[in-house]
Amino acid sequence: MALDSKIPAGPLGEKWTKHKGEIPLVSPANKRLIDVIVVGTGLAGSSAAASLAEMGYNVKAFCFQDSPRRAHSIAAQGGINAAKNYQNDGDSVYRLFYDTIKGGDYRSREANVHRLAEVSRNIIDQCVAQGVPFARDYGGLLDNRSFGGVQVSRTFYAKGQTGQQLLLGAYSALNRQIAKGRVKMYARHEMQELVVVDGKARGIIAKNLVTGEFERHSAHAVLLCTGGYGNVFFLSTNAMGSNVTAAWKAHRKGAYMANPCFTQIHPTCIPVSGENQSKLTLMSESLRNDGRIWVPAKKEDAEAIRGGKLHPNDIAEENRDYYLERRYPAFGNLVPRDVASRAAKERCDAGYGVNKTGEAVYLDFAAAIMRYGAEQAHVKGMKNPSDKDIKALGEKVVEAKYGNLFQMYEKITASNPYKEPMMIYPAVHYTMGGLWVDYNLMTSIPGCFALGEANFSDHGANRLGASALMQGLADGYFVAPYTVGEFLSKDIRTGAISTDSLEFEEAEKAVRERTDKFINNNGTKSVDFFHKRLGKIMWNEVGMARNEKGLKQAIADIQALREEFYADVRVLGSANGMNPELDKAGRVADLIELGELMAKDALERKESCGGHFREEYQSEEGEALRDDENFTFVSAWEFTGVPAEAKLHKEELTFENVELKTRSYK
Amino acid sequence: MDVTLKIWRQAGPEAKGEMKTYPISGVEEDMSFLEMLDYLNEQLIDQGIEPVVFDHDCREGICGMCSLFINGEAHGPGRKITTCQLHMREFKSGDTIYIEPFRAKAFPIIKDLMVDRSAFDRIQRAGGFISVNTSGNTIDANAIPVPKENADKAFDAATCIGCGACVATCKNSSAMLFASAKISQFSLLPQGQPEAKERVLNMVNQMDLEGFGNCTNTGACEVECPKGISLENIARMNRDYLFASLSSNK
Repeated sequence: MALDSKIPAGPLGEKWTKHKGEIPLVSPANKRLIDVIVVGTGLAGSSAAASLAEMGYNVKAFCFQDSPRRAHSIAAQGGINAAKNYQNDGDSVYRLFYDTIKGGDYRSREANVHRLAEVSRNIIDQCVAQGVPFARDYGGLLDNRSFGGVQVSRTFYAKGQTGQQLLLGAYSALNRQIAKGRVKMYARHEMQELVVVDGKARGIIAKNLVTGEFERHSAHAVLLCTGGYGNVFFLSTNAMGSNVTAAWKAHRKGAYMANPCFTQIHPTCIPVSGENQSKLTLMSESLRNDGRIWVPAKKEDAEAIRGGKLHPNDIAEENRDYYLERRYPAFGNLVPRDVASRAAKERCDAGYGVNKTGEAVYLDFAAAIMRYGAEQAHVKGMKNPSDKDIKALGEKVVEAKYGNLFQMYEKITASNPYKEPMMIYPAVHYTMGGLWVDYNLMTSIPGCFALGEANFSDHGANRLGASALMQGLADGYFVAPYTVGEFLSKDIRTGAISTDSLEFEEAEKAVRERTDKFINNNGTKSVDFFHKRLGKIMWNEVGMARNEKGLKQAIADIQALREEFYADVRVLGSANGMNPELDKAGRVADLIELGELMAKDALERKESCGGHFREEYQSEEGEALRDDENFTFVSAWEFTGVPAEAKLHKEELTFENVELKTRSYK
Repeated sequence: MDVTLKIWRQAGPEAKGEMKTYPISGVEEDMSFLEMLDYLNEQLIDQGIEPVVFDHDCREGICGMCSLFINGEAHGPGRKITTCQLHMREFKSGDTIYIEPFRAKAFPIIKDLMVDRSAFDRIQRAGGFISVNTSGNTIDANAIPVPKENADKAFDAATCIGCGACVATCKNSSAMLFASAKISQFSLLPQGQPEAKERVLNMVNQMDLEGFGNCTNTGACEVECPKGISLENIARMNRDYLFASLSSNK
């Protein structure tokens, strides 16, 4: 199949409006005859299910959690971008578009990104109308802050819980439709297989996780809003249940996986503490508005700190290396995530890391506390305030801005970030890659759509902070509900899809066989044992820095691991009833296959761009070297049986409105 | 450190449950409570014993999926945290730790420590929304200024994670802190006004239908709430409920 991105003709700024106007409409009477399945209830899924139901389609929504409100969008902290220009600092749709293209290191589609920037403004209006309590200033108007990679303040937020508030907004819209009977909600249900009939996605096999029963659900279209696959690294900021299964099943059935190696390693996470750690916790990028990142300038100081003989507060200003400010004076601590992460790794690899493992740097709020404190003292008209008074006032301001993050940090590390600098290190956070989709968000399987983090389309090789929430809601509220019309308008005479067909039968049989295989395997090792090993391979060879030798080794190691997994995994209990170990086994099996494809993709992309850094392709100063001549394309992989032997399809990216430049934040 | 775990095991909704004892050694103080349970489960699998089932997902205190009644307290010792944010450094070697599910008539047990909290979803569906279509064609977000004080209070109420600690803690198994948080959020915002009366009547009605008890103002819920949702919200809900009951046309 040739890749057709179906980008509408015409000037960039008019493509979406024109396209939206030309998508065939489905009449309200016909919408009632059409069923749509939405898998996943995060920002993309909840908003899509609510919007489609509101338009008149019959919607079935699925989530593996006990409630749609628990989807991992809930954990997003910092904020959501929108080109509102409320701060009057020169922001515009074009600037948001431009920043996102540049931030993505010129590996995303112009037309998609521009559409995202256009609808960003509607998102804020919509959310406020739904009662989402964004932060406001004393005049009662919405407040904004800055995020990495940009020089304007366009990020809307609700303390460090923006994802939670936006998801609860979408959840409320979904609830309204469930109450009306327009959406049928299936919680604690997990998609196990995609059913393709006559080349079109026509349903899923879902498992009721409480009873263990397999259920057949048919529809005229299937929307996968199933998030990212960061858990392939075992340790990531993703939730424990986040997985690739739905997307991977679609991939195995013919949906192409695009740019799977583009992984975002977030610079500010709480460092790994021990072997039994189950997940990593993010400290919002918004902290880089006020926190300054540093390591000791002298190696002996770093060693003394690691040995517990020196405290960071005792290191004099001149002996600190604020390496981001030093290397990137124009953006300083607010460089994009990929740049900040690599710089932290570079310092730690060079021996300047500051925790026991040598893999941590400082994020310091002392300067911000004093700055805000002095400001407050001035506002209060205090004459000659003492340093102690200023500090107390400043701590209050910082608490108001980041209180819940500081509390989270203290709970996990037992260290008080108001008194001593936070320790942070990069961790896997988001995956830019995902199912290949066209402009209508349809995958290469007709009728199968992918929204939000599950698709690849908007963030290129690196996502800017506060853009994931924007994309999830844009896709769900304002893009997919319209674009599905192009496909569904041809289905008004189809009638209900039967679940008795051979395709459904075969799909269910495959799922049952796989389940039985795990239950009857009688192996000796737990699922986590294999998952952790996969994570180690991925982090060491397909992590922040990659090279040809390592990637080839990773492919061989993952293939061996896969064999061992199937031969020796041990799943206790039965297939009937609740059995989380069994569910985990299925997820890890798919993650193992995905890991192999990621290594393959990273091996074939012989350039450094965004989150993908190949050691062979770097400048003398250690900056990433992109190869626009040979790699300005999307890698879309077709499954052929073995992940490492997937077939590559290239979608060339054309830039008509933006000039390709070396990304510089100096 | 070495601890003795006493854990509620129950094979299914209808099965009879019992406390089982599992001594466990090699626990590290930096482990979160759930990582300690992972560690136990790995050992159980090695011994051919079915692992303990418990709900969890984000493991950073925001999804509301983890629960557990630990040593008689919802989310264990410590204030304003969920179980996933509880760390083993809060315990000492030699401790015996009792782990039970959240218990309430409206939260039936699914297996071991996992309960069904879908009653909460049904309360939200009864009115926990503002009836605005998702067209994006609403008024500009800054068209209606909201006093910062109200916006902040609405936010504080909206931070409820729906974990059910309030219900598990309450001697009456009341869901009033949970319901009042959502009612308050919308009650404090101009966008919530048109449906305010119906909302409070419908959500309270659903709460009763689900079998949750009433509030007798002991305030245990507020103490155990991981997000510090204030009792003030219950007062506001009661006020709104009274007003709506007396003035509603229905």
